[in-house]
Amino acid sequence: MSIENLKTYDPFAEADDDSGQTKQTQEYIHIRIQQRNGRKTLTTVQGIPSKFDHKKILKVVKKDFACNGTIISDTESKGMGEVIQLQGDQRLKIKEFLTNKDEGLGLDEKTIKVHGF
Amino acid sequence: MEPTAQRRASRKSVAFTDEKLVVDADGNVTIMASPDDDTKGTAVSHTPRTPPLSAALGAFTDASQAPVESTTDGAGDLDLSLMKKKKKKVKVAEDGEGADEAAAPADGEEAIDLSMKKKKKKKVVKEDDEFAKKLEALKLEGKEGEEAPAAEGKEQEGDLEKGTGIWAHDESKTINYEPLLGRFFALLAQKNPDHASSGTRSYKIPPPQCLREGNKKTIFANIAEICKRMKRTDEHVTAYLFAELGTSGSVDGARRLVIKGRFQQKQIENVLRTYIIEYVTCKTCRSPNTELSKGENRLYFITCNSCGSRRSVQAIKTGFSAQVGKRRKMQG
Repeated sequence: MSIENLKTYDPFAEADDDSGQTKQTQEYIHIRIQQRNGRKTLTTVQGIPSKFDHKKILKVVKKDFACNGTIISDTESKGMGEVIQLQGDQRLKIKEFLTNKDEGLGLDEKTIKVHGF
Repeated sequence: MEPTAQRRASRKSVAFTDEKLVVDADGNVTIMASPDDDTKGTAVSHTPRTPPLSAALGAFTDASQAPVESTTDGAGDLDLSLMKKKKKKVKVAEDGEGADEAAAPADGEEAIDLSMKKKKKKKVVKEDDEFAKKLEALKLEGKEGEEAPAAEGKEQEGDLEKGTGIWAHDESKTINYEPLLGRFFALLAQKNPDHASSGTRSYKIPPPQCLREGNKKTIFANIAEICKRMKRTDEHVTAYLFAELGTSGSVDGARRLVIKGRFQQKQIENVLRTYIIEYVTCKTCRSPNTELSKGENRLYFITCNSCGSRRSVQAIKTGFSAQVGKRRKMQG
């Protein structure tokens, strides 16, 4: 009988997995939230890989979440690439969308960082 | 006789998976104790390998030495999740723990145990994520498996602490596997409180006090106290808070933090929780007893005072923040 937790991880092995992960850390997708006036909030998604068409994503997402949104490109967000900005607290929904394999982008959940409260 | 034996055997296999998972959940207690222990068939066969436990068992053979229940409310450092788990296991043997659960939430109010809540653990501790999922799945199995012993357990009653019923010193009846397993964990938790409290699970900081200033600002009153407890500078915590909340603020005369925007205590708590995971706890031994220092090349390092490990942490980055409120002034 094999013990599950004994076979998987060798602490003295070369840290290949780790380095792979640190590679990914550079490409984190950050989902943030910002408060506006009153109960209103903004959700910003930063770092979606450029292999995806941000415009199309925005189009789908706006319809799905029933919210408006916009893409903020280089000039305003200095050095942050294109940022998708959505109205309202869409953090959970957008995360679901990013990780969904069938209807979403099918990204790895580990590359997504949700910030905020 | 035949059917009973069969049933017991089958239940044992379920219980074993259960047991395996608990070893997982307890921060790899068994692995650390005996890394080459590949052949353990049952809980019984590997019990002697954990030295403190065998000591515990030795102590227990003397039934008159009624051990004090370790999950009483007084033991504030005990971890709630473990308590619950244990309670499930021990249910057959002990029934008088209901009061504990009632007392536990009250305990949690006095000082939030930041890592106590399972929700957080699942969400934030990435390494433990898969663990937690497995645990969840196995727990369900475990529950199904427990139906049977509950019915059977009626003939196996007695108080573990007082040494009555099946636990009596001179009792010769064979004790079922489930109660024995319950006793195993009761003793493990009781004789090794540091196992239960290892890591962040029992790390407590005072709850953040949030006041509203006017309509649009929140005052985080006891930030100095919290920072002192975490051994971090106010500036670092403040910077993290602002980056995470996507806002700004200032420090007022009484060293309180004034945050722009409305925030509830719960929200601040959540952010502090992630802060602690990211910047306070040692990833190796989960001890919160760490120091944050600036290394040679502008990197921040966390040095653990309990195990001596050292790791670098990411600098706090604000990231993108959208223009909120007044329109940006036109260029030129």
